[in-house]
Amino acid sequence: MSAPAPALRAPAIRAFGGRVSVRVHRRGAIACALLALAALATALAGLAFGDYPLSLGEVVNALAGRGDGSGAFIVNELRLPRVVCALAVGAGLGVAGAIFQSLTRNPLGSPDVIGFTYGSAAGAVAMIIVVGAQQSAVSAGALAAGLATAAIVYLLSYRGGGVQGYRLVLVGIGISMMLLAFINYLLTRGRIEEAQEAAVWIAGSLDGRGWEQATPLVIALAVLLPAAFLLSPRLSLLELGDDAATALGVRVERSRLTLTLVAVAITAVATATAGPIAFVALAAPQVARRLTRTPGPGLLGAAIMGAQLLQGSDLASQRLFAPDQLPVGIMTGAIGGIYLAWLLAREWRWRRA
Amino acid sequence: MAASPPTTPVPRLRAAAPSRALGLALALAVLVLLMGASLAIGTRSIDLSTVVHALLHGGDGDEAVIVRDLRVPRTLLGLAVGVALGLAGALMQALTRNPLADPGLLGVNAGAAAAVVFAIGVLGVGSLTGYVWFAFAGAAVASVVVYAIGAVGRGGASPVRLALAGTAVTAALTALTQALTLLDRDTFDQWRAWSVGALSGRDADTLGQVAPFLVAGVLLALALGRALNAIALGDETGRALGARIGRTRLLGALSITLLCGAATAAIGPIFFVGLTVPHVARAIAGADQRWVLAYSMLLAPILLLAADVVGRVVARPGEVQVGIVTALLGAPVFIAIVRRRRIAHL
Repeated sequence: MSAPAPALRAPAIRAFGGRVSVRVHRRGAIACALLALAALATALAGLAFGDYPLSLGEVVNALAGRGDGSGAFIVNELRLPRVVCALAVGAGLGVAGAIFQSLTRNPLGSPDVIGFTYGSAAGAVAMIIVVGAQQSAVSAGALAAGLATAAIVYLLSYRGGGVQGYRLVLVGIGISMMLLAFINYLLTRGRIEEAQEAAVWIAGSLDGRGWEQATPLVIALAVLLPAAFLLSPRLSLLELGDDAATALGVRVERSRLTLTLVAVAITAVATATAGPIAFVALAAPQVARRLTRTPGPGLLGAAIMGAQLLQGSDLASQRLFAPDQLPVGIMTGAIGGIYLAWLLAREWRWRRA
Repeated sequence: MAASPPTTPVPRLRAAAPSRALGLALALAVLVLLMGASLAIGTRSIDLSTVVHALLHGGDGDEAVIVRDLRVPRTLLGLAVGVALGLAGALMQALTRNPLADPGLLGVNAGAAAAVVFAIGVLGVGSLTGYVWFAFAGAAVASVVVYAIGAVGRGGASPVRLALAGTAVTAALTALTQALTLLDRDTFDQWRAWSVGALSGRDADTLGQVAPFLVAGVLLALALGRALNAIALGDETGRALGARIGRTRLLGALSITLLCGAATAAIGPIFFVGLTVPHVARAIAGADQRWVLAYSMLLAPILLLAADVVGRVVARPGEVQVGIVTALLGAPVFIAIVRRRRIAHL
């Protein structure tokens, strides 16, 4: 009676200790299903709203191939690829974030730690300002520079037969700082139009994405996401610590490398499509974990949450400031930052440390 | 033999102090040399005897005017900002017991940047002397918000909480900065020049505006040295030894805000100095926070002034901004330290 708050929050865990795992899993499944429904609803809203509003019936008809000319064109050629990109990039970033947070055992871990974000941004900015390249070349430059940066960070952290998580983070920060200086230098030297285009890219935007971006993204993620889900049990074992994982038969260093590679590859294709979108990789796994309340990395929940988060943000950034078009990365940064602050304050009000 | 082991720690401590003092004197000498170099080297090289003459006897020649009106304020600003960033970084890493802490972490830089962009874009402030107050206010508000979020509930503002709250606030403020700069091209143009971090084009007025805050921050930081040593042992042990943890954290946060706010207001966000320098200081001086603070206070302006001089030389007749050079010089050193040795723990 003296501590009513914990008992109210999770009565079953205290009262029926033997059935804990069953209950937790059921909650996780229900939460994932509800999240998926919410993501679907947001996606449909994304197809219906816009400068040329459509009814839900028109959208469904257009998707089924029975729509009239202009409505079908708007839905299938303009809005659907953008929505697909948002869902796929969000899901990818959610999974990559969950993997990095689990690998580094740090709730603030994200693909940033390996320098990927700044690497890809530097590549894109260089392509825009130095070369004057267009969209697909910018994506290619971002991809190449991001992967090269990740490889350099990994190699520089490799020492004495392994990569320590801590050293990886430190080297990642060092390289990121150098790249940030390089980006700032280019931004001050470039013409104002190019510099602003580069700034939009750095913020992360889904504006004007068509099937030529969506198709390769979906194909790449169709390979990479199942690979991540297959590796998920090993990730749970790695969370126990290197020694315990080794004792349980996991080849620690090789598993860590494989998981890092998968997560970096997912981040790479997502970033090539939409730029380095802030906060989805960081927030999606955390939010999903709180909603599903399952232990372990929780990759599926993180994927669905990421998709919902990015599609919702893209919808909001399109409609809230219309006719001005703000990049979606600004919206995810603002929502994610405020949400995280609120979440932390709420949690700390009830708990100690 | 049997009696010697218990006494060994005492002589070693005593022997270390003179060499640490010697190192400090050496650092001071390097700093003075660099200040001389900063006065003499530039687009137009001026030999040292002319510099000394201009400083001591004045004069109206071109070179005397360049030295007095351009290079002296610039060098003093570099010195002041360097001292501030070094102390702030050392304080922050000691307070949060986190070797990765840097002023960016508590939202200070993001707050200053958002306020500057707001001043340019919404209020139409066009001059550098106008930005300074906004940058300062932004830094102060951001760190108060971070501290307030971190201090919610019973646990108090623990290091992890401050870092998490700082990340959240930084993300939201960065989004605000991006939104304001992307909606208006002129704002973006001014902001990109400020956000690099440069010592050039700042006059003596800028230094005069931020000097009171810098002095207050420095005095506060130096007064905290002993209390930081107690905090380094952990909250419980520190409290048992009589340290007032909460008060030290609050004063430390105040000092960091004064130092970083003033530094960022004066020359724009400089990353990396506050992060790297305390690591080097700890590698030289060991765990005593009073020595770490003293070394950080000298090593940071050395890094900043050296970077500024290098930036003037490499791209003649143009310049590379100091914020860019510090990152390009500091990062390889930092990575080499990280690779070579175990990180000196706090």
